[in-house]
Amino acid sequence: MRPETPHDETVPHSHPDPSVDPHAPLADGGRALRVGIGGPVGSGKTALVAALCRALGDELRLAVVTNDIYTTEDADFLKRNGVLAPERIRAVETGCCPHTAIRDDISANLDAIEDLEDALGPLDLMLVESGGDNLTATFSKGLIDYQIFVVDVAGGDKVPRKGGPGVTTADLLVINKTDLAPMVGADLSVMDRDARARRGTLPTIFLSIAEDRQAQPVADWIRHLVGHRRPGQVTVG
Amino acid sequence: MDTTALLLADGRFPSGGHAHSAGLEAAVAAGQVNGLPELETFLRGRLATAGRVAAAFAAATRRVAADEPEPAATVTLLDEELDARTASPALRRASRRQGRALLRAGRATWPAPLLNRVPAHPDGYHHPVALGLTAAAAGLSPADAALIGAYGVLTGPASAAVRLLGLDPYGTQALLARLAGACDAVARAAVADAALPPADLPAHTAPLADIHAENHATWEVRLFAS
Repeated sequence: MRPETPHDETVPHSHPDPSVDPHAPLADGGRALRVGIGGPVGSGKTALVAALCRALGDELRLAVVTNDIYTTEDADFLKRNGVLAPERIRAVETGCCPHTAIRDDISANLDAIEDLEDALGPLDLMLVESGGDNLTATFSKGLIDYQIFVVDVAGGDKVPRKGGPGVTTADLLVINKTDLAPMVGADLSVMDRDARARRGTLPTIFLSIAEDRQAQPVADWIRHLVGHRRPGQVTVG
Repeated sequence: MDTTALLLADGRFPSGGHAHSAGLEAAVAAGQVNGLPELETFLRGRLATAGRVAAAFAAATRRVAADEPEPAATVTLLDEELDARTASPALRRASRRQGRALLRAGRATWPAPLLNRVPAHPDGYHHPVALGLTAAAAGLSPADAALIGAYGVLTGPASAAVRLLGLDPYGTQALLARLAGACDAVARAAVADAALPPADLPAHTAPLADIHAENHATWEVRLFAS
């Protein structure tokens, strides 16, 4: 449990501009940057988390929370693959509702994050992986600072056009398994065009984690965010 | 019962309950609950055991937390008495996890100074104690706390049953409506108990639920945390 925050009744508490982040900038030594990773089943969320652990595990103080539909499969995968020490990985069980645990009722995820920070001390980066869900699943701003939405080429090149909150609003869209495009008849230029139409200026990265085992462009995107928060401590990618 | 009470009773109150089936997942796997008739038996059993205890401890905690100037020692005692009534370590963990989540949501929703008179519990208070504390912070009565406690004991596993078994949601609601009178009666009994010494509060248990919970905690693949 967190200590109760002193509340001054005389200060009006309102956020007139919804596009402005109401949270105060974090002081040095504040909590870790929290990045949510969501997307449909099988698109490569756990593979991306593993790749980011390989890329960033030695340079950032990093921990991972996984949300599985069933038990602890994704956490076990990360532990088996040895990409991160087991004490840096926590699994949250979601009672058939992976989207609820990251959006409507984030308490179990917040508990897991606090437990990791209590056990490990200050961290730079907390990755929160959602359970595989559908195109409508997004993270609550009460849980994460930035979200990555992962879709894959094999799911069909129509996915960016279909949109949905994940594709449209995620801070980063990752289109994975580009190596499979010729085999499934997917047109990457169509996906790129549709993603731009849906996302405006928000970035999209095409990737094959099978070929880029450290997901370098995504790791660089995260390095930039962490470096922005902790100037001087992390090399900006 | 007013709007504040409805907010706290609402299954959409973000207190982590959606991830717990209150033993239903294990009962389904054991072949004991397949449809609405068995669900009714399961819920009546829950209400008469866990419901009776949860409602009484929620009401008692609410009474102490809001009405006594130095509630810390009694709240701790109530929490320990719930440990004594919960034989299964898995059920203790599930209760404390849900209590921790409830108090987090309760503090954020009703940040009342009276919560500062009670020390934080490192693992979270048992859920009925957290419910009593939250009810006190929200300005609710012991009767509200008892009713919300008993109601949650029914609606949590009923919601899990809809998700696990694909039960007809209308049939499930009709079943809950049929149980309303029994739920009210449990809450009334809890209010009558609320001023008893903690050791004398109800101690109804269900050994099969304890055994199921311990088995469930060892499963490799499960949908619910408990």
